[in-house]
Amino acid sequence: MQKFTKLSGIAAPLDLVNIDTDMIIPKQFLKTIKRSGLGVNLFDEMRYDDDGKEIESFVLNQPAYRDAQILVAGDNFGCGSSREHAPWAIADFGITCIIAPSFADIFYNNSFKNGILPIALPQEQVDVLMKDAEKGANARIEVDLEAQTITSSDGEVFHFEVDAFKKHCLMNGLDDIGLTMEKAASIDAFEAAAASARPWV
Amino acid sequence: MSPKTLYDKIWDAHVAHEAEDGTCLLYIDRHLVHEVTSPQAFEGLRMTGRKVRAPEKTIAVPDHNVPTTLDRANAATMTEDSRIQVEALDTNAKEFGLHYYPVTDVRQGVVHIVGPEQGWTLPGMTVVCGDSHTATHGAFGSLAHGIGTSEVEHVLATQTLIQQKSKNMKVEITGKLAPGVTAKDVTMAVIGLTGTAGGTGYVIEYCGEVIRNLSMEGRMTVCNMAIEGGARAGLIAPDETTYAYCKGRPHAPKGAAWEAALAYWKTLYTDEGAHFDKILTIRGEDIAPLVTWGTSPEDVLPITGVVPDPASFKGGKVGAAQRSIEYMGLTAGQKLSDIEIDTVFIGSCTNGRIEDFRAAAEILKGKKIKEGMRAMVVPGSGLVRAQAEEEGIAQIFIDAGFEWRLAGCSMCLAMNPDQLQPGERCAATSNRNFEGRQGRGGRTHLMSPAMAAAAAITGKLTDVRDLM
Ligand code: SF4
Repeated sequence: MQKFTKLSGIAAPLDLVNIDTDMIIPKQFLKTIKRSGLGVNLFDEMRYDDDGKEIESFVLNQPAYRDAQILVAGDNFGCGSSREHAPWAIADFGITCIIAPSFADIFYNNSFKNGILPIALPQEQVDVLMKDAEKGANARIEVDLEAQTITSSDGEVFHFEVDAFKKHCLMNGLDDIGLTMEKAASIDAFEAAAASARPWV
Repeated sequence: MSPKTLYDKIWDAHVAHEAEDGTCLLYIDRHLVHEVTSPQAFEGLRMTGRKVRAPEKTIAVPDHNVPTTLDRANAATMTEDSRIQVEALDTNAKEFGLHYYPVTDVRQGVVHIVGPEQGWTLPGMTVVCGDSHTATHGAFGSLAHGIGTSEVEHVLATQTLIQQKSKNMKVEITGKLAPGVTAKDVTMAVIGLTGTAGGTGYVIEYCGEVIRNLSMEGRMTVCNMAIEGGARAGLIAPDETTYAYCKGRPHAPKGAAWEAALAYWKTLYTDEGAHFDKILTIRGEDIAPLVTWGTSPEDVLPITGVVPDPASFKGGKVGAAQRSIEYMGLTAGQKLSDIEIDTVFIGSCTNGRIEDFRAAAEILKGKKIKEGMRAMVVPGSGLVRAQAEEEGIAQIFIDAGFEWRLAGCSMCLAMNPDQLQPGERCAATSNRNFEGRQGRGGRTHLMSPAMAAAAAITGKLTDVRDLM
């Protein structure tokens, strides 16, 4: 998993509440054999018209936000189906931090497993950052996971909360597999012992 | 040392790390991979730059999606989605250096049949696969169970699984089986008694005289459906029957290694006085040829019975039974042996082995299936197919009017072109009768291969003993 420590990037404002995982990645994209490559279909139905042409007004189609790494959104982000394709699509697009007043539970957990930092802040603070994001490419927002702070382009600092263990995993790029790999010495030792005890395996 | 169960012994021999809260890293000896649940796992490895830790312990075979018609070499017989998944497995197996049995290989077949056949599955091992019927391999006295895609990736990368230990359950089948009663009836009888959740949280050890007298094929049938009873895995202690089956298989140990293995395998039994959290005993003599009437594998009844009255059930099961009977197009009180069928499917990882085919052929010999019946027999592997042809069994099926197919999962789950149409009713030797399992609106009655053969002849669910 990608490590997440610090990020200084463009933030795309998506001022909608209840953005569900169907909106994030519609079900016709679930037959894939990959978790990568879903970025082009992120927010597919909001982003493209029936002929597959980009809808200009959609935020991620605007030149200023094509390289956005942060998303600022409304309440209850990521609700609906538990599909892990949603964080896969977001990460594949290049967004690794989402700021919103609240998140749906499963999506919140899935995000951490995929190198994405979801940050829940009080509505007033999200409002400030939403305004900041609307300034486009000139406004870079800074996220420091170690210090647990977000700094707006005006230098205003907001503190955020994150579970210590999740923080540890994200900062070190550890998913379940990464954590198990930290115990590689135990696995190596087991394998060596087993190889002499049961060499036919 | 306190006495241990077989499960305790295998578990203890595979703990690579134990955390303070009892969460263990269980070392995996064999990882079986098929095309449906693995693509994202390999993708995950690529995205993170990880390798397969032990490719020499990882075996890949496409089975769920592959067509079983003779023209399957022609990729056009596969749907686009299926073709892509099979191709992905092909690429992944080659790129990561796995043992691989492609569609064109005579050894290809259902992953749970190929593993034992090639000697990959051996007593005392831990075996996992992204497929719930991995329980099959427990027949060898190996701890075998299904895992999800994220766990597939975990095993590929680390050769371990994060696990908490299950509880021990003993299922003893005493005495002898009556003529016409098979391993399939035994495993269905157990699920009928425990229900589909009765094994939840447990690893089941099957034992008793009936189990001892089963062939390896029969034991695999029994363990295969442990998952249908909710158990994490099913186990049978290895014995002479097991050793005889393993000996000489391509990946079984040879020479001195065989002797060493054998000495170890002989320690794999439940110690006298070991603790079981739950015990179930069934008399072999009490088991009749069984069929399912509903849409859950626990909906089993002797073929001599009648469709039950939903009101006779308790609690939440009343509504479920009502819904099952409606879906299945039956009426309460109807004799099971009056239910007419239009399709017969003999195959799957439950009953796609040579012994299953012998049992069905025994009933079919010199007979014809009912006119208009669609009957297919799908070998569990290319080698089963070849053996059946050699023994003349294939010809018996063909003469009776069956389609003689190539190996794969086929109509067990209808991910390939072999499907039921809405309302079609099938006598099937597979393991799940869920709504839509064999095709949208399709109706499935589970039974043994001999019972399925009998149904093919009469066109109705039939007591095989009447044709013996
Ligand atoms: S034969 Fe059926 S149960 Fe067995 S692996 Fe294939 S689909 Fe699953």
